[in-house]
Amino acid sequence: MRHWWFPESASSYAGDLDSLFYLILYITGAVFLVVEAGLLWFVIRYRRRPVAAAPGAAEPKAYYIEGSAAAEIIWTMIPAVLVVLVAVLSQGLWYHLKDGAPSNATPIGVMVKQFEWQFTMAGADGRLGTDDDITRKDHLTVQVDQAYQLELQSIDVIHSFFVPAFRLKQDAVPGMTTRAWFRATRIGEYEVACAELCGLGHYRMPARLVVLSAEDFTRWQAAEAPPPPPPGGGGGGSGQ
Amino acid sequence: MTASTPTAHGPAGHADHHAEPSFLRKYVFSTDHKVIAIQFLFYSLFFLLVGGALAMLIRWQLGFPGQPMPGAGVLGDDAAPGGVIAPKFYIGLVTMHATYMIFFAVMPLLVGTFANYLIPLKIGAPDMAFPRLNMWSFWLMIPAGVLALAGLVVEGGSAAAGWTAYAPLANSPDYTGVTGGQVLWCLSIAVFAASSLLGSVNYITTIINMRAPGMVWFRLPLSVWALFITAILAILAVPILAGAVIMLLFDQILHTHFYLPAVGGQPLLWQHLFWFFGHPEVYILILPAMGIVSEIIANGSRKPIFGYHTMVYAICGIAFLGWMVWGHHMFQSGMNPILGTSFMVSTVLIAVPTAIKVFNWMGTMWRGRLWLHTPMLNAIAFVAMFVIGGLSGIFMASTPVDMYIHDTYFIVAHIHYVLFGGSLFAIFAGIYFWFPKMFGRMMNERLGKLHFWTTFVAYNATFFPMHLLGIAGHMRRIYDPNAYQFLQPLQPLNTFISVSAFALFAAQLPFIVNFFWSLFRGRPAGMNPWRDNGLEWTVPSPPPHGNFAHTPRVLHGPYEFSHPDTVEDFLPQDQPLPARPGA
Repeated sequence: MRHWWFPESASSYAGDLDSLFYLILYITGAVFLVVEAGLLWFVIRYRRRPVAAAPGAAEPKAYYIEGSAAAEIIWTMIPAVLVVLVAVLSQGLWYHLKDGAPSNATPIGVMVKQFEWQFTMAGADGRLGTDDDITRKDHLTVQVDQAYQLELQSIDVIHSFFVPAFRLKQDAVPGMTTRAWFRATRIGEYEVACAELCGLGHYRMPARLVVLSAEDFTRWQAAEAPPPPPPGGGGGGSGQ
Repeated sequence: MTASTPTAHGPAGHADHHAEPSFLRKYVFSTDHKVIAIQFLFYSLFFLLVGGALAMLIRWQLGFPGQPMPGAGVLGDDAAPGGVIAPKFYIGLVTMHATYMIFFAVMPLLVGTFANYLIPLKIGAPDMAFPRLNMWSFWLMIPAGVLALAGLVVEGGSAAAGWTAYAPLANSPDYTGVTGGQVLWCLSIAVFAASSLLGSVNYITTIINMRAPGMVWFRLPLSVWALFITAILAILAVPILAGAVIMLLFDQILHTHFYLPAVGGQPLLWQHLFWFFGHPEVYILILPAMGIVSEIIANGSRKPIFGYHTMVYAICGIAFLGWMVWGHHMFQSGMNPILGTSFMVSTVLIAVPTAIKVFNWMGTMWRGRLWLHTPMLNAIAFVAMFVIGGLSGIFMASTPVDMYIHDTYFIVAHIHYVLFGGSLFAIFAGIYFWFPKMFGRMMNERLGKLHFWTTFVAYNATFFPMHLLGIAGHMRRIYDPNAYQFLQPLQPLNTFISVSAFALFAAQLPFIVNFFWSLFRGRPAGMNPWRDNGLEWTVPSPPPHGNFAHTPRVLHGPYEFSHPDTVEDFLPQDQPLPARPGA
C-alpha cells in the first residue's frame, strides 16, 4: 500500500512540488466533498415519494425559482479566487523548476533514441566535451547535493526523461536541445523512465540513476574515467 | 432572418414537397434529420462497442501481463502470438481505442445523433437548413469508419502512435513498425473532418435561421445553445486538424518534411496544431453533454433551470477560453516556461464557468421534487463524475505538479472522468430520455436502473484507482509496467482495475438488451412521457416527416416547471401561461 502513493522524494524540489500537490488536493478535496455531499443530500431530501406514478397535479409542486444573482456572484467569486491562488502559488516553483539551475551546475549530456538512453557525464574537470567525459548506456551516476544541468537531445522521435523520485520530467525533442536540472538529496539508486510514447519498445526504457556520496563519487569518477590519451597519439578522440 | 419571420422552408410549403418517399430515400439515403440522427446513433453505438472491446484487450494485458488471453487465438500470431498480446499490437489497441471512442463514438453521438435529432425539433423547424449536406455528413462517416476499422486488419497492423499521433513517431514506418495503418489513420481522420464540417455548417445555419416565431435566443433550450456553440467550435477547430493530418499524410507518402527536423521540419508544430484543435475538441465533447444534462436535470427536478442566463454565458465563456489553453498539453515539451505560465492562467480560469454550471445544476435540484427516472440518475451521475474530472484538471493545470503527473495514469483517470463520467453518462441520459421520442416506445426502467447502478459502480472501480497509479508515477501507454521496478508493487491495483473494467463492459449488457427489446416491445410512449416543455414533446412519438403540422408559436422559455399559476407542473413552450385570477 505504501507504494500506491508518491515514490520517496529524492531531489531538492520534490518536497515543494509535493506540498503544492497536497495544497491543491485539500482545496479540490473540499470542493469535491461539498458538491458530492450536496448532491447526495438533495437526492435524499428532495426525492419525490412514491416514485411509481407520474407527478400528479394534486401533489405539491417544487419551489419555483429561476435563479439568484447573489448565489451566482458567490459561486463565481469563490472558484475564481481559489484557482488564481493555485496559479500564483504554482508560478514561483515553476520558474524554479525550469530555470532555477544554479550557475555551478555540472552538465550532463542525454542522447536518447529508440529504446535506450546514453548519458555523457563530465569528468573531474566538470565540463563536457573534454577527454575525461564518461559515457554510459542506460546508466547515470551523480553526486548527492550537487546540481546537474541536463541537455537532452533525441536522435529519432520524442522521448521524455522521467525520474519519479525526483519529480522531474522533460521531453527530448529531435532537432532541439531541451534542458532540465536537478539536485539529488538522498543517496541511493533510482529509475529513469521514458514517459512519452516513442514506439513499441516504449515500455522497456528503464535506466539506472545512482546517487553517490561525495567520496564515493570521486572514487567512481576516478575508476570510470577513460584512460588519458597516449602522448603524441593524435590529441584524443572526443576533441575532434 | 429574424426569429419572428416565417422561414422559406416553413411547413406551409412543406407538405406539398413530401410525397411518401421510397424505402431507400426514407431509411437509407434519407434527408430527414431524425432518420440521420438514428443512423448516427446506431453507427456510434457500434463504435462504442468496438472501442470498449479494444479496451478489454488493453486491460487484459495490464491486469495479467504476459499471460495468454482466453480466446486471443483469433487475433493471429502477429497480434497475439500464443494468445499473449504483442507490444506493437498493444500500442495499436491504445491508439485505436481512443480514436474510435473520440472520433467515431462520443463525437458522433453528441453532434451527430443529438444535434441532428434535437435542433430542428427543439427550435420548431421542419428539418435542417441543408438536408442534403446533412445526409452527406452521415454518409461520409461510412468511408471514414471503414478506413478506421481497416487499420485493424491490414498488413503491418493499425496505427500505433497514439490517438495524438505525435510527430515524428507517426511519420515513418521506421519508427512505429507500422506500414499502411498509419496512412489509413490519417485518411480516416481527414474524411471524418469533412463530415464534421458539413454537420457544423448545417447546425449553425439552422439555429440562426429556422427558429420558430417567438423562439428568441434567450428562449432557446440550453441543449440547443450548447450545440450551437459546439458547432462554432467545430467549424473553427476541425479544419486545423484536417490541415495538420494532411501535412502528416504528405510527410508519410510524399516525403515532405513538415514535422521532420533533419530537413528543417519541426516536431512541435504538430503538437501545436493538434492541440489547437484538440483542446476545443475537448469542449466539443463536453458542451453538448452539459446541454443534455441541463434539460434532464430541470425535468427531473421539476424546476426551472437555476440561472438560465448565467448558464448560457458559462457555455460561451468555456468555449472562448477553450481556444487559449492548448499549450497546457505541452508544459514539458520544451516550450518556453513563460508561455507555460500564461497557459496555466487561462486553464485554471476555465474552472470558473465550469464551477458555475455545476452549482447551477445543484441549484436546480435544490428544493425540487426529484423524479429519479433513469435519465435523471444518469444526469446526476454526470454532475457527480464531471466534478471529479474537472477538479483533477486543476492538478495538471498547475505547471509544477504537471511536471510530475504529465503522461501518467493521472491523466488517463482525468480524461476518463471527463469523457466517460462526463460525456458518456450524459449520452446514456440522453438516450434514455429521447428514445421514446425517437422510436415511440419507452425503454424499460428496471433494466435502465440496473444498467445505471452497475455501470456507476464498475466505472468508479475502474477509473478512480488510476489516480493512485498516476500519483505513484505509473506512465501511460506502457505495455508491461513490470519492466520498471518501481511499478511492480502496483500490479495488484492494475489487476483490480482490469477486473473492474471487465465488469464495466459486462454492465452494458442490460443496456443493449433494453435498447433492442424496447425498440419492438417497449411500452408505447405517447406524446410527452416525461411531462417536459420542449417543442419536441408537442408532436407525436416518433414525429412525422416535417415534424410539426403547424409552425409552433413559442410563448416562453423552456423551463417553466412547477409555475405557481399552472395546474400541471410543466408548461410546454407553445402553451400560454394561464391568466392569473384577479389580475
